[in-house]
Amino acid sequence: MASTDHGVTSPGRAHIEARTLRQDRWWQAPLTTFVVFSAFVVYATVRAFMGRDYYASPYLSPFYSPCLGDCVEGASDFGQPFAWWPLSAALIILVFPLGFRMTCYYYRKAYYRAFWLSPPACGVAEPHQAYSGETRFPLILQNVHRWFWYAAVLVGLVLTFDTVLAFRPMPAEYALGDGETSGIHMGLGTLLMIANIVFIWLYTLSCHSCRHVVGGRLRHFSRHPVRYRLWTWVSRLNESHGKWAWYSLFSVAIVDLYIFLLATGTIQDVRFF
Amino acid sequence: MSYDLKMRVWRGDADGGDLTDYTVEVSEGEVVLDALHRLQATQTGDLAIRWNCKAGKCGSCSAEINGRPRLMCMTRLSDFDPAETITVTPMRTFPVIRDLVTDVSFNYEKARELPYAELGPRDADGKRRMMQVDVERGQEFRKCIECYLCQDVCHVVRDHEDNKQHFAGPRFFIRYAELDMHPLDTHDRRQLAQDAAGLGMCNITKCCTEVCPEGIHITDNGIIPMKERVVDRKYDPLVWLGNKIGLRNKDNDGRTEV
Repeated sequence: MASTDHGVTSPGRAHIEARTLRQDRWWQAPLTTFVVFSAFVVYATVRAFMGRDYYASPYLSPFYSPCLGDCVEGASDFGQPFAWWPLSAALIILVFPLGFRMTCYYYRKAYYRAFWLSPPACGVAEPHQAYSGETRFPLILQNVHRWFWYAAVLVGLVLTFDTVLAFRPMPAEYALGDGETSGIHMGLGTLLMIANIVFIWLYTLSCHSCRHVVGGRLRHFSRHPVRYRLWTWVSRLNESHGKWAWYSLFSVAIVDLYIFLLATGTIQDVRFF
Repeated sequence: MSYDLKMRVWRGDADGGDLTDYTVEVSEGEVVLDALHRLQATQTGDLAIRWNCKAGKCGSCSAEINGRPRLMCMTRLSDFDPAETITVTPMRTFPVIRDLVTDVSFNYEKARELPYAELGPRDADGKRRMMQVDVERGQEFRKCIECYLCQDVCHVVRDHEDNKQHFAGPRFFIRYAELDMHPLDTHDRRQLAQDAAGLGMCNITKCCTEVCPEGIHITDNGIIPMKERVVDRKYDPLVWLGNKIGLRNKDNDGRTEV
């Protein structure tokens, strides 16, 4: 029993020992979040530190894009300013999308509930003795979410460029059938990257900070009709921000896994043309 | 069609109490408050319940039903299996007075700490004008019936009595947001919201939004925009740079910090 004498069992409140009287499966949502997020973190960490099998021309894994370190040939479309970097090139760039998601208002809700149990669910007492929210270091740094959003827009543009490049002709070594083609190419990898970039943009543009920046900060919408219109669009996307967060989490992992399997020769790309 | 409903109701006061089992006859279409009224009329004449409109508009009959903060008048019995035992307790965040009645004066104290709107000068014809598009965000928050279920479910004070002193709670964060979005108000409450009202204590786990009987998007439309306004003031490098080089957001001109 996690109830304490400073919370729901404080003096003066109705004396009920139970931590919660909820009878539904309130633990299901935080448990699911915990399992899925943990699996993603483990997978992403392993892949980020591997430093290989992230490029299968013309596909570049989103974990390594833009590839600014000592990357394999063809993967660095923006040069290699960090060629001296001794570790995996993913570690240079992943801090931005990672920071964006870690400080995201939706993810905060999800991991505060699932990992920190603060609270595990509504009306279920949390196990902690003290609570200062986001008022102190390190959690006060959640306020820099907007900075990461600025960076995430740039990363989104790079991933969009990667998706365009995914239409390039594909070398025969990865291809089924008659190998290299001269015109544009489209394979299952291209489709996955398109789906990924759509979800990435839906997630990035539905961000609460984006909603604020495009117009939410205004007090007089009537004086800024264009920004008001933008705000209404972002507001509509924002209603499903959590959904886009999940979809894009899966899509980015699936694209990376697909490219990993291609690069290691485990599978061959399914080519449409 | 009527049936016998099994209920567990918390009975007691600040000195102690317990969940007591009852069986009460209920009919199709009734709500939890109806069942409690019948219980009061037939078995427990001294059962204390606060209620008024029976229509989800006065915010009086807030309680916790099967552990979830809800209005008793808006909780249909048809949402439960007839064989299920329904547990009703008072709100567990506020001091109990008796049975299902709690002392919610914490909320009135917090309301008093919030500076009211200070409007600017009137137009030349003596009127004040606001465009509908400028006030409609705030109108969502005006739907609040002050049932204080959001305050009850908020773990910041529910699970930490000591935070009550420094935390206004979601009901008042939407009031801060409403006034900060007000096109004519001349107060700047961002500093106050962060410091005195404890906006930073909120970790946006959205339980307030989940329990709101009026469906107000407390977190997405109130608390987070208010947090973002605080970020504007303190943490945004581009806003800081814009202020330095004269590219200021003139939308906040004429406001003074309170």
